[in-house]
Amino acid sequence: MKSPKVVTSAAAAAVALSLGLSACGGSDDSGDGGGSAKFDAGSTAVVNASDKKGGVLKYAQPDDFDSLDPANMYYAYALNFSRVYSRGLMTYASKPGTAGAEIVPDLAEAKGVVGEGGKTVTYTLKQGVKYEDGSQIKAADVKYAVARTFDRGVLRNGPSYFTQLLDADGYKGPFKDKNLDNFKGVDTPDERTVVFKLKKPFSEFDQVVGFAGQTNPLPQAKDKGERYGLHPFSSGPYKFEGDYQPKKGGVLVRNEHWDQATDPNRKQLPDRIEIQSALKAEEIDNRLISGSVHVDLPGSGVQAAARQQILTQPKLKDSADNPLAGFHWYLPINTEVIPNVECRKAIVWATDRSALFRAYGGEVGGEPATSIQPPTVAGREKGTDFYTKADANYTGDPAKAKEALAACGQPNGFSTKMVFRSDRPKEKLAAEAMKQALERVGIKIELAGYPSGTYTNEQFGSPAWTKKEKVGLGTYGWAPDWSTGYGYLQPITDQDAIVDTGNSNTSVLKDAEVNKKWDEVVSIQDPAARAKIYNEIDQRVREQAAIIPNVYAKSLLFRPSTLANVYLHAGFGMYNYATLGVTG
Amino acid sequence: MGAVGLLLIISAVTFGIFFLVPKAAGVTSDDLAARFAGKTPDAATLEAIKDRFALDEPVPVQYGKYIKSIVAGDTYDTGVETIDCPAPCLGYSFRTNQPVFDEIVDRAPVTFMIAIGAAVLWLLAGITIGVVSALRRGSVIDRVSMGIALAGVSLPVFFTGLLSLAFVVHRWQLLPEVNYRGFSDNPFSLLLPWICLAFLYAALYARLTRAGMLETMNEDYIRTARAKGLPERTVVVKHGLRATLTPIMTVFGLDFGLLLGGAIITERTFSLPGIGQLALDGIYQSDLPVVLGATMVVALFVVLANLIVDILYGVVDPRVRHS
Repeated sequence: MKSPKVVTSAAAAAVALSLGLSACGGSDDSGDGGGSAKFDAGSTAVVNASDKKGGVLKYAQPDDFDSLDPANMYYAYALNFSRVYSRGLMTYASKPGTAGAEIVPDLAEAKGVVGEGGKTVTYTLKQGVKYEDGSQIKAADVKYAVARTFDRGVLRNGPSYFTQLLDADGYKGPFKDKNLDNFKGVDTPDERTVVFKLKKPFSEFDQVVGFAGQTNPLPQAKDKGERYGLHPFSSGPYKFEGDYQPKKGGVLVRNEHWDQATDPNRKQLPDRIEIQSALKAEEIDNRLISGSVHVDLPGSGVQAAARQQILTQPKLKDSADNPLAGFHWYLPINTEVIPNVECRKAIVWATDRSALFRAYGGEVGGEPATSIQPPTVAGREKGTDFYTKADANYTGDPAKAKEALAACGQPNGFSTKMVFRSDRPKEKLAAEAMKQALERVGIKIELAGYPSGTYTNEQFGSPAWTKKEKVGLGTYGWAPDWSTGYGYLQPITDQDAIVDTGNSNTSVLKDAEVNKKWDEVVSIQDPAARAKIYNEIDQRVREQAAIIPNVYAKSLLFRPSTLANVYLHAGFGMYNYATLGVTG
Repeated sequence: MGAVGLLLIISAVTFGIFFLVPKAAGVTSDDLAARFAGKTPDAATLEAIKDRFALDEPVPVQYGKYIKSIVAGDTYDTGVETIDCPAPCLGYSFRTNQPVFDEIVDRAPVTFMIAIGAAVLWLLAGITIGVVSALRRGSVIDRVSMGIALAGVSLPVFFTGLLSLAFVVHRWQLLPEVNYRGFSDNPFSLLLPWICLAFLYAALYARLTRAGMLETMNEDYIRTARAKGLPERTVVVKHGLRATLTPIMTVFGLDFGLLLGGAIITERTFSLPGIGQLALDGIYQSDLPVVLGATMVVALFVVLANLIVDILYGVVDPRVRHS
């Protein structure tokens, strides 16, 4: 028997087809269409700029947040949305274009001041910043917020940078150890000063602080442990009205104690914000087009049916943006399973980039990749191609591939296994394209699909499993925690990043040159000098044929005409939720 | 006692599916822990989760604790406070951080309203069409209605639902968006799910009724009733339909009980937050307590619905009452 997911997908395809036929028939669209902006205008500039107050801003999502506790979330869209009700020491700048990727002060007066040879970073809180009950935000609340991230059994969804970077070994978190004085990773000499104590210098500490919500202050008395996410205590422009109901939704209203004068990165325009969760993705698209929903929360783009509808109707197309989403869908080659670099080169040479490009949706789905770092990463250089061409028409070079195979000692090719996420049609198509392309040179690929839910942890994310199953390559994608080379490349190329389960270094790369650069770069304070090293690492990994660049993902986002202040945020890869308003 | 035994067996099987089958397939407790962790979890995170969820405890011990919590209740530590989960405690979801029983109670109004509304429609439509078809056997009405019935059985809710949403709601805007979230909302926003679900079931019930009526209306006692000069309406409704209702009630008990436990496809198609959707989310997220809880509720409703049907047999059929 087919699973409900499969059968509903089949039915959705049927509906998509019928809608598509209707669209082709030229029937008038009953939706609200779009505003005056043109296609893709929101990718680089603010669309429908307005400071009009009032109205209800409606968000919808097909699933749910990992949590609404700012310290316990990792999804980019959740981090983006958390800025609506919560503030941290640092945050992304609310600006269109690449300026949005910059981490700027939020509750802090200025960027972190590095001291003691890079082993302390100090922030000073702004004057007059308050919680939703009017009480003052204090440095001790920031310390507590950081301390609670040390209990990974309770706050298990969020990043673990603080536990790795701060000099607080052995600390179990405030749930097990109620005495906050025992947490030595953060000092608060007065009510406005927060001093982070690092084990060793880390030059991108501002980014660690700013990309997620783990420094968002929380008074110890307001903490509800893992249930805190059901009703976070607001420090941002909106506060929760009642508890959030998982898989159903919630409502936020204005926080009258938030002060615009202290916060240039947010606006407080709508009267209410409503979130509806567990609404089918196709239904969200329909409601976006009709205007009854303003924002698709995950920000990953519309589904196939709506995509066709939007792209074939000029009026709708003008209300859509097609930005780079920050992801790079690449193909890691497992260096443990295929240790000979010449064999790996043969795979890269034989790869049909044109077929892969089409598999990921062609021009609307992405653009051919050269570097591993996508263009959204600060300081990234395009670089040069190694053993391939970033060209939508390039079908590979079988002759060069055979030369590499001969150099590898396998002139007749070899066999390996390729894995992909079985519930992602694009990845399945990509895997099939790889199989066809590599068979041209005698490399036999056995394909195996696994569910997304386990793929990144138990299959492709488990080095022991890939070694045992002799998995030579797979489909994968990565978006950075923050938009620098470190945020992007370190987890996927540093040997130190390899973990037994949920491993992101899926090439299982253990390259001494790369590792040395990672060790050195963290103490370099100049961002440009760091970016240079990141680009060298990027090049080295491709030179080692450990990763086949594929496509930088693009998503098709729809903005109803009643949505104000819409623009793509480079830090999140979707619209900036902190400044949105409604005009209708 | 039979029902209790059945529930125990169902819970044990579900438990086994979640724990023993993955273990047999090589899934480790680290893998299970990673399903509850964020991106790239380090070893310390996995250890903390395993410790917190007791993933390394033997499965029989975990099962024993689960059964005990149903009978005696339990408490859950959120890190800062302790949450009471009184009996019948169906466990605690570490995904939503809520007791499963509370979640089911919260979702029940949606599922109940879907089931009740659809059942009324399908019983009215199905039985009426079945009776008319049987009485007009071979006529145009019979052929058309049975043709529609065949279409109804053949077109599942995920198809009719998506089509009707796309056209009736979004393109033609004949009905409002389906937005029912609980008793405080207008139940008539469920009209479309009711119609789609009833279309499926009415077809089945029409065919059942027609077959039963065709058989019953040829019985000797029907002929006797007509010979006594009873009005045709009395003959059909009181003597014919009443006898036909017994098998229909049996099927209805099962169908309605299952729906009360969650109209999974309908809820999914129309994005309605009912018990079925809760169970489905639980499956997708490996949220065992939710899946177990929903399974137990489905089983309970099926058992209860059949019990009620057994009682109603006596009302409908005097032979059962007298025996």
